[in-house]
Amino acid sequence: MVTQITSFGRSGLYDWMMQRISALVLAVYSVFIIAYLLLNPGLTYEQWSGLFEMTSMRIFSLLALLSVGIHSWIGLWSISTDYIKATGVRFFFQSLCGLVMFIYVVWGVQVLWGL
Amino acid sequence: MLVSIYRYNPEKDDAPYMQDFEIELPAGKDLMVLDVLNLLKAQDPSISYRRSCREGVCGSDGMNMSGKNGLACITPVSAAAKNNKLVLRPLPGLPVVRDLVVDMGQFYKQYEKIKPFLINDTPAPAIERLQSPEEREKLDGLYECILCACCSTACPSFWWNPDKFIGPSGLLQAYRFLADSRDTATQERLGDLDDPFSVFRCHGIMNCVNVCPKGLNPTKAIGNIRTMLIQRAT
Repeated sequence: MVTQITSFGRSGLYDWMMQRISALVLAVYSVFIIAYLLLNPGLTYEQWSGLFEMTSMRIFSLLALLSVGIHSWIGLWSISTDYIKATGVRFFFQSLCGLVMFIYVVWGVQVLWGL
Repeated sequence: MLVSIYRYNPEKDDAPYMQDFEIELPAGKDLMVLDVLNLLKAQDPSISYRRSCREGVCGSDGMNMSGKNGLACITPVSAAAKNNKLVLRPLPGLPVVRDLVVDMGQFYKQYEKIKPFLINDTPAPAIERLQSPEEREKLDGLYECILCACCSTACPSFWWNPDKFIGPSGLLQAYRFLADSRDTATQERLGDLDDPFSVFRCHGIMNCVNVCPKGLNPTKAIGNIRTMLIQRAT
């Protein structure tokens, strides 16, 4: 058995499942946002900020944000193990990806809650 | 017809090169690619390739014919040639020993990993372990694999990680033993496959299904292994 401590969940099955679940969340979120924009052509600032004031929307958005982090981590980890053969470079790339995703999540939380 | 063959003799050549041969094929007959190679070998005995049964059973002459992996002995020239030109290369992704002969070591190592034999701890019966026709049916489409390596060497995941990803051929065989009613090591076998590489490097692009000379479906077998892993884990 091949062990990889830098993969997301250390188990292939777990990573695979998280990849699918996060993809599903992102698909539903994207469809919702596009549909919302199409159904509200003359969208005002009040309406838009009112949408994101709702707790349910914040939960949905945070879920989507975490999904972006998880999905891109698993995807980029997979790509880096395919194409970057030098261990040092690969580890640097993976650390960079992890850092960027962490920043996006914290920043996203700030934006959503207007902190 | 123009036949372009990948040539490399590590004892003489610095780098591999393509050598072109012009050959007159007998009219009114659709030769197999292996027949063409045999005709060329009569012209130039230094051309090297593996072949044995010449009827698609032994799996020795797997090679890349005009971009697609297959067995030279059962691929008609009419199917492999494009614009009256036939390009023959060794199976991609494996080290070349000479010309069209590749080192299959890495491929066999992955096959060995999946323990390709029945494991059964229960006392052996007097004659043999019986299977019902239904249980036997589950092995159809799995046991026919001849280990020619056409599928695994058509798989990009196997090209990038030949040491960690088992590859379509090995996984088809892994499922062959997982599906066998006479095997009792199912849990151990699944435990050995639940890492990020062995099974899950398969992204389902189905190159393996596209090239398999025996018409088998490794992607489906991999899907079945995944289902078994999910059932075991949830």
